[in-house]
Amino acid sequence: MTEEIIIAGFGGQGVLSMGKILAYSGIMQDQDVSWMPSYGPEMRGGTANVAVILSNERISSPILNEFDTAIILNQQSMDKFESMVKPGGLLLYDPNGILHHPERKDITIATIEGAKEASALKNKKTFNMIVMGAFLKIHPIVKMDNVHKGLEQSLPERHHHMIPLNEDAIKVGMAKVKIIHDLKRIAVEN
Amino acid sequence: MKQVKLMKGNEAMAEAAIRAGADAYFGYPITPQSEVIEYLMVEEPHKRTGMQVLQAESELAAINMVYGAAACGKKVMTSSSSPGISLKLEGISYMAGAEIPCLIANVMRGGPGLGTIQPGQSDYFQATKGGGHGDYRLITLAPSTVQEMADFVDLGFELAFKYRNPVMILSDGAIGQMMEKVYLPNQKERLTNDEIIKLYGSWATTGKPESRSRNIITSLDLKPEKQEIHNIHLQEKFKAAEENEVRFEEIQCEDADYILVAFGTSARISQKVVQLARNKGYKVGLIRPITLWPFPKKPIAKYANKVKGFLSVEMNAGQMVEDVQLAVEGKAIVKHYGRMGGMIPTPADVLNALEEKLISNK
Repeated sequence: MTEEIIIAGFGGQGVLSMGKILAYSGIMQDQDVSWMPSYGPEMRGGTANVAVILSNERISSPILNEFDTAIILNQQSMDKFESMVKPGGLLLYDPNGILHHPERKDITIATIEGAKEASALKNKKTFNMIVMGAFLKIHPIVKMDNVHKGLEQSLPERHHHMIPLNEDAIKVGMAKVKIIHDLKRIAVEN
Repeated sequence: MKQVKLMKGNEAMAEAAIRAGADAYFGYPITPQSEVIEYLMVEEPHKRTGMQVLQAESELAAINMVYGAAACGKKVMTSSSSPGISLKLEGISYMAGAEIPCLIANVMRGGPGLGTIQPGQSDYFQATKGGGHGDYRLITLAPSTVQEMADFVDLGFELAFKYRNPVMILSDGAIGQMMEKVYLPNQKERLTNDEIIKLYGSWATTGKPESRSRNIITSLDLKPEKQEIHNIHLQEKFKAAEENEVRFEEIQCEDADYILVAFGTSARISQKVVQLARNKGYKVGLIRPITLWPFPKKPIAKYANKVKGFLSVEMNAGQMVEDVQLAVEGKAIVKHYGRMGGMIPTPADVLNALEEKLISNK
């Protein structure tokens, strides 16, 4: 199994660290992983994105022109990446701030009100884990105990007391994700 | 079991330097390789192994610190990105002339000049065809994974001491900045002076005992007769390296009609292109030079009479393609596809180029 994911949004939304936690979770289940960020001037434009690949085989190109899943957190990223989701793939987005909603009919489209739910949790930093939870509900590519280990590995020890909060945020995401357009090709597991 | 971590290529290279038992690192920050010195500064290897790390006042200072420490037989490393490597070339040429082993990493960005901070592979000529002045060669290793960024540090030091010559790890901003799973090598002990002499002979300035004459480290000989003898000696070393140190990887070439030749990031992209092309029914393979110098001429020549064409995929205007052409000796079509300016080709771009330049041309 190979899952090629693009996570894209504004700098500060936790895009890169969400990718890192996914990648570490993949390592914890003995998968090959790659994490390819935008860096330099691209990021200074205010947008940040990272391509994450988890695979049971040797990963070839970390640079991709199409993805199994796009996790989209702002309009610029929607404009850039909607067309790059493979037919049959998944586009998950936070509708907050999105003016032009995705229109494709050949992919599964889901939403998560990440910003809203993070405010409800009274901790804006939980935003990325809420979104990751929404993704893992639809595509359970990493097991929750491996996500726990992934959090342990990617967070410095002084932040380990935050792990339960992050896991709660993942659960919120899992509970609140809405499938807008379902291709029925993706098994939803509980 | 070896320790497994998720690391950037730059960080993996820095950690591998500590674990290889390096004695010192001298560097100066530049995007996209600054994580090397950042990692070493945070890690404080002087507390772990006694390894010294110093941010020099410039690239020139850094490479000459390397020259000085390496002349004492120490395992020393520096790293930079393209414009910084240009500044280091004088020192590299001097070290090649003085037969000083050291490890230099170039995490390439697009050029010429200050160019861009995005990835490039446009320093292929600089690394493999001299760069600095005089008849010298750099053994050049091209990692294509974060794992190889780590593994080639120890290999690089080994080759540097074996041939008493600078060795270069030629990487790029994509591999430097991306994170992958990496199995870290076990910690090697730093060598004592006696161990260096036992392993590599007594050429370094480790202090003169009564038993031998002075060791002199220099790249200067004003007598042309003697300098030529020195040149011939250097060339014999380079010939031995060409015979013994060629490294490459071959992927699905056995039945291939078309072969991609690519290194580093381009090789990763090309691996995907092999899959995509085969899904479309084209028999495509990949030869990935791991040593850019010595270049894997024979492994490429082996296929020259069998295939319909070669495509050299590079993030530059066409540099390695010349070595592919030399290897093929006109027996097959050799084309180049590249992006410049910090642009990275996608697998789809390369597949299109393969179809346009080779497959539909037949």
